Amino acid sequence: MLYREAGQFKTSYASDFAVFPILQDRIGIAIILAVAFIIIPLTGNDFLVNAVMIPFLIFSLAAIGLNLLTGYTGLLSLGTGAFMGVGAYACYKLTTIFPNVNIIVWVIASGFFSAAVGAIFGLPSLRIKGFYLAIATLAAQFFLEWCFIRIPWLYNNNVSGAIEVPQRELLGVIITGPRATAQTRYYIVLVLVVLMTWIASNLVHGRIGRMWMAVRDMDIAAELMGIRLLPTKLLAFAVSSFYCGVAGALMVFFWYGGSEASVFNINQSFTILFMIIIGGLGSLLGSFLGAALIYILPIVLRFVPPALGLPLQAATVEHITFMTVGILIVLFLIVEPAGLARLWLIGKQKLRVWPFPY
Amino acid sequence: MELLYQIFVDPFVQMATAPDLFVQTLWEGLVGGMLYALIALGFVLIFKASGVFNFAQGIMVVFAALTLVGLYDAGLPAFLALGLTIVVMFLLAFTVERAVLRPLVNQPDIILFMATFGITYFLIGFGEFVFGGDPKVMVTDGLFLPKGAITYKALGGIVQLQKLDIVAAVTATIMVAALGIFFSKTRIGRALRAVADSHSAALSVGISLEQIWVIVWFAAGLVALVTGIFWGARSDVSFALEVIALKALPVLILGGFTSIPGAIVGGLIIGIGEKLGEFYWGPLVGGGTDAWFAYVIALVFLLFRPQGLFGETIIERV
Repeated sequence: MLYREAGQFKTSYASDFAVFPILQDRIGIAIILAVAFIIIPLTGNDFLVNAVMIPFLIFSLAAIGLNLLTGYTGLLSLGTGAFMGVGAYACYKLTTIFPNVNIIVWVIASGFFSAAVGAIFGLPSLRIKGFYLAIATLAAQFFLEWCFIRIPWLYNNNVSGAIEVPQRELLGVIITGPRATAQTRYYIVLVLVVLMTWIASNLVHGRIGRMWMAVRDMDIAAELMGIRLLPTKLLAFAVSSFYCGVAGALMVFFWYGGSEASVFNINQSFTILFMIIIGGLGSLLGSFLGAALIYILPIVLRFVPPALGLPLQAATVEHITFMTVGILIVLFLIVEPAGLARLWLIGKQKLRVWPFPY
Repeated sequence: MELLYQIFVDPFVQMATAPDLFVQTLWEGLVGGMLYALIALGFVLIFKASGVFNFAQGIMVVFAALTLVGLYDAGLPAFLALGLTIVVMFLLAFTVERAVLRPLVNQPDIILFMATFGITYFLIGFGEFVFGGDPKVMVTDGLFLPKGAITYKALGGIVQLQKLDIVAAVTATIMVAALGIFFSKTRIGRALRAVADSHSAALSVGISLEQIWVIVWFAAGLVALVTGIFWGARSDVSFALEVIALKALPVLILGGFTSIPGAIVGGLIIGIGEKLGEFYWGPLVGGGTDAWFAYVIALVFLLFRPQGLFGETIIERV
C-alpha cells in the first residue's frame, strides 16, 4: 500500500535508467542520508560514533571493493587485507614525505598505489579462476604482509614496527591524530564512503559493470562477444584494490590512529569476504548489510549475557561469540544463500502487495 | 654482479661445502612437507567426494588434537582417549553432513566454501569453550611415541633425525597406502570414486550421497587426527596451528585439487622448497620468507599448469 510504484510513469530514457526509479526508494535513501549526516553525529555518544559507525562505514567501503571483484566480476580474492594494508602504508609514507599536502588527497592517492599492486597480483586471473585464483591471491596476502614487517622503510624505521598517524588539519580543523574528535572523523569517513558508493553504483550500472558481469557469468562467452578479458579483469582488480586501499587508509588514519602489520592479516581478508557473502554477492546494498551484520553482531552479542544477568568471563563470552557467529553463518546460508540483499528484495515485494497476499 | 653471485652461486657453494647441513635441511623440509601433505590429503578427500572446498580442515586438525589432549588430561588412559576422539570425529562428520551439507545441497561452490568458514568459527569457539584456550602439550608417552634423536656421522658432519619425525613419516606412508587400497579395492572406495566423478550418475545407480559424505568427512577427520598428533607433538597444541592449514593451500594448487598423489608430491615439494629457500636464500631478503615462499612456488607452477601437477585438465564449454 505504501510501497507502490503504480502511477509513477517514466517519460524519458534518463528516468528509465535511474538508479532509484521509485519515489519511495528516493525518500528512503534521503532519510538514511539525513540520519547518517545529522542525527547520528548530533545525538550519538562517542561509543556509537567511534566504535560502531566509523568502522562500519570503513568495512562497508572495503566490502564494496571486494564485491566489485568477487560479486560483479566473479574473481574470488583472499588478498583484501593486504590491499587495504598497501593503502594504509602508502598513505602513511606519502603524508610523512609531503606533510603539507592535504591528508584527504593522500588518502585518495594511496588508493592508486593499492590499485597498481592489485593489478599486478591480478595477472594470474587470466589463466586461473575459482579456488585456484583465491589461493593465488593468498600469495599477495602473505607476501605483502611480509613486506609490511620486513621493510623498515615502509614504517619510517620505527623501533616499534608500527605506524602512527600524525596530526593533520583541514581548514583549521584537526581531522587526524589523537586530538581529532570522533564527530569530525566520522564526517570525513561518511563523505568519502557516500561519494565512493555513488561512483561504484555508476560503475556497475554502466558499460564497465556490464562487462564485468558478462565476464562473471561466463568469460568465454563474454570474450566471444568482444569483451577483452585482460583489460576487463585487470580493471576489476585495480578498481577493487583502489576501494580496499582507500578503506585501509581510512581505517588507520580515521579509526585506529596507528597500526601494525598484523591488522592487515589474513583474518581481515576473510572478514571482508564474510561480509559480502552474507550481505549478497553482486549487490552494493549487500555490502552495507553484510558489514553491519558481521561487524555489529559480535558487539551486540558481547552485551547479551550481562543484560541477561549471566556472570560470564570475558574469555567465555568470546568463545560463545565465535560459536554463535559460526552457527549464524551456516544458518544464513541455509535460509538465504543469496544473502541479505535478497531478503530485502523479497521484503520489498511483500511490501508492494501488502495488505493483500498477492 | 655481487647480488647475482649471492643468488645463483653462493647458495650452491654452501650446499656443496657442507653436505651434512644440506641433508639436515632437506630432511626437515621433507618432514614438514609430509605434514602439509597430510592436511592437503584431508582437503582432497572431501573435495573429491563432495566438491566442497573444506576450509575447516585445518581447524579439524587442531580440534582433533585438542580433544585428544583434553580427554587425556581429564584422566582417561591414552588409548581410550584416542578411541573417544575417533568417536568425536565421527560425530562431527555426521553433524556436519546433517546440519550443513544436506540443507545446502545443490548450492554454488562458494556458498559451501563459506559454510565451512562457519564450521571453522564454530569449532574454534567450541574447542576453546570446552578445553580452554591455553596451549597444551601433546600426549606422547601414552601413545608410545618415541623421543630423542638418532645421530649419524656422515658426509663429514653430523646429521640428526628426530625419532618422532621418522615415526610420523612411516605412519603417513602407511596411512596413504591404506587410503589408496581403500579407494581402489573396497566397495565403499569405489562408491566414493563414483561420487567424485558425477553426483547424479552415482545417485542413479543407487549410491547414497549422504552416507558417502559422512564417510568421507570421517576419513578426513581421521587424517586430521593423525596430523594433529604429529604436529602437536612437534609444538604445542593450540589454535595457532591453524596457520599450517593455510600452508596446505599452495600444496593443493601444486598437486591439483582432485589428486591424492598430487597432495603428497605437492606437500613434499613445498616442504623442501620452503626450507631450502629460507635456509639458503632467505637471509638475502631479511629472513622470514617461509611465510610466502610456498605461495610463490605455487604461483609459478600455476602459470604453466593451471590445473596443478596431477589435476584433471580443466575443460570449458560455452
